[in-house]
Amino acid sequence: MKKIYSIEVDCANCARLMEETANKVEGVAMATVNFIAQKMTVEFADGADEKKTMKAVFKACRKVEPDCEIEF
Amino acid sequence: MTKKQKKLFVRILIAAVLFVALKFIPDGGTVLYVLRTGLSFLAFVTVGYDVLRKAALGLFGTNIFSENLLMSVATFGAIVLEAVGGGSDYSEAIAVMLLYQIGELFQSIAVGKSRKSITALMDIRPDAANLLKDGEVETVSPDGVPIGSLILIRPGEKIPLDGSVVSGSSTVNTSALTGESVPRTVREGDGVISGCINLTGTLTVKTEREFAESTVSKILDLVENASSRKSRSEDFTAKFAKYYTPAVVFSALALALLPPAVSALLGGEAAFGVWIYRALTFLVISCPCALVISVPLTFFAGLGGAGREGILIKGSNYLETLSRVKTAVFDKTGTLTEGVFEVAEILPDGISEEELLFCAAHAEVDSTHPIAASIARAYGKPTDRALVREVKELAGHGVIAEIDGKTVAIGNAKLMKTLGLSPAVPAKVGTVAHVAIDGAYRGCLVISDKVKPTAKAALSDLHALGVGKTVILTGDAKQTAEAVAAQVGADEVKSELLPDGKVEAVETLLSEMKKGEKLAFVGDGINDAPVLSRADVGVAMGALGSDAAIEAADVVLMDDDPKKMARAVKISRKCLAIVYENIVFAIAVKLACLLLGALGYADMWAAIFADVGVMVLAVLNAIRALRVKEENRIVKS
Repeated sequence: MKKIYSIEVDCANCARLMEETANKVEGVAMATVNFIAQKMTVEFADGADEKKTMKAVFKACRKVEPDCEIEF
Repeated sequence: MTKKQKKLFVRILIAAVLFVALKFIPDGGTVLYVLRTGLSFLAFVTVGYDVLRKAALGLFGTNIFSENLLMSVATFGAIVLEAVGGGSDYSEAIAVMLLYQIGELFQSIAVGKSRKSITALMDIRPDAANLLKDGEVETVSPDGVPIGSLILIRPGEKIPLDGSVVSGSSTVNTSALTGESVPRTVREGDGVISGCINLTGTLTVKTEREFAESTVSKILDLVENASSRKSRSEDFTAKFAKYYTPAVVFSALALALLPPAVSALLGGEAAFGVWIYRALTFLVISCPCALVISVPLTFFAGLGGAGREGILIKGSNYLETLSRVKTAVFDKTGTLTEGVFEVAEILPDGISEEELLFCAAHAEVDSTHPIAASIARAYGKPTDRALVREVKELAGHGVIAEIDGKTVAIGNAKLMKTLGLSPAVPAKVGTVAHVAIDGAYRGCLVISDKVKPTAKAALSDLHALGVGKTVILTGDAKQTAEAVAAQVGADEVKSELLPDGKVEAVETLLSEMKKGEKLAFVGDGINDAPVLSRADVGVAMGALGSDAAIEAADVVLMDDDPKKMARAVKISRKCLAIVYENIVFAIAVKLACLLLGALGYADMWAAIFADVGVMVLAVLNAIRALRVKEENRIVKS
């Protein structure tokens, strides 16, 4: 399953950090952040719960970039 | 300005007013001292509290070495130095924070603006569909419309779903998809593609695809996912930023401690203050934002600019590969030629042209071969099936049929030879269909594929761009292939290839190339998926509505003009040139400033100007990638 989320992030470097962080979250098969389009594409691992995973992704991203937003 | 930007703007204003007010507080007295310190504190916190907060949070998180930390340490350090020195003039720390935030605001606005101008180009997503139900019009979201529904498209509206016109006629603007500015006329029975704009008349369209499968969704998906394939330059920048900031922090630490320590050991004055100040300046200069922002922005602008011209590039890595293409390999049929066969010459022998066409068209009446279709078109009149009897197909040779009581044989030279006839050899190159009537040779038809009018210009443009070798691959006969090659000016031609022969040919060409040189294969996406994936960069042409081509290729040219290939290379070159400019410029300026800062020639004011200035210039430079000049380009209104 692949989903695209709107995000809010201020700098390209922070977007890169978010991408790196999201990829380490359990349940995420692959995550990519498009800074310019302000979008995060997440491919979930098989059997992963979308809501739960995204909550974990958001929490982890907040740790590297306290100002970021993910709409999910 | 967004809400966030407005808030920052107000904070900057307040801090700036406080900053100016501080200058009017005279020296002396405890009350004034407290007042000044208080106001300074207020100004500093107003403008910089989020930076301080993020830096503090970063210390507990995983992202310790952020630019927030750099700024916090630098300004905090300046304050401490001043306080320890016994002064109460904190204007430097406030000014640095103020300028940093002005830079951030500017950058945020600039990036936001360019983001908008790029995404506006890609704004082909239809918002609504007018669903026709029992004669009533209902406006719904396009993603809920089932296949086979009737939708109404008024002039000025975007076509929301792929389908065919049931009633009405109009002109549609396909420029968002193809870059082609001349509108296309559609009438009943014609297919229309989502994402185009209906210009003049109201159309009723029967939908043929769901929204998720429609052309517009496919293209948007492609565009939005373009950034997932990163180029080497982007990887480089990301890695650079990762190691750069920690390296700078430790260098600053060394700069603050080592020289005074060495000086003290040698018996001189330690001068900690001077060196700490220099180290702090060093930190301010070091923010890598010019680089991390401008490089991805340049690629995005390049992809956006190409997209506007109907060149869809699936990722910045392909943009990078395109810029290094040295060998361009073209499929012939449908790519350099129209892919539509036409009777180019009629050479009758002892009968009239009309008679020859009549016999040929009737003999081929049941054939679905493109050659047969071209003969039927040349004949131009309806064929009378009742006249045709006993059609016998001889595979690999041709057809023998009885037409109006005469035995007509039509086919290649081999067929004529088996009939004991000696066929003529026409001067014109192409597929030749010989005709014999009642055992006598009666002439031939030369059928050829028309070379696209822009094919020659496309190849010469590529040569001018430094693409050293252009090659044509085709399954066609040698003679035909060589004639086309000569006509368009290709350097090499490999003919009579089977589909896997094309892959082999590309592999041979790849092995002949030097390191760092890239090979592009341009095909029409039909039957050449293996070659498209084998080449360094596979370009599919005329892909409007063809899913297979969009899937297989790395670059998709929306219309079938081969000149677009040269444009794609040109755009990629410009984009990469800007990327390198920015990388070199940003790193050079930073290094120069770091050196000056370390030696004490640049103070914190200069440092912040260097940082913000480089960033602004790099962002402005990146935006240039959006527009690549072209001579003779039709100016869009």
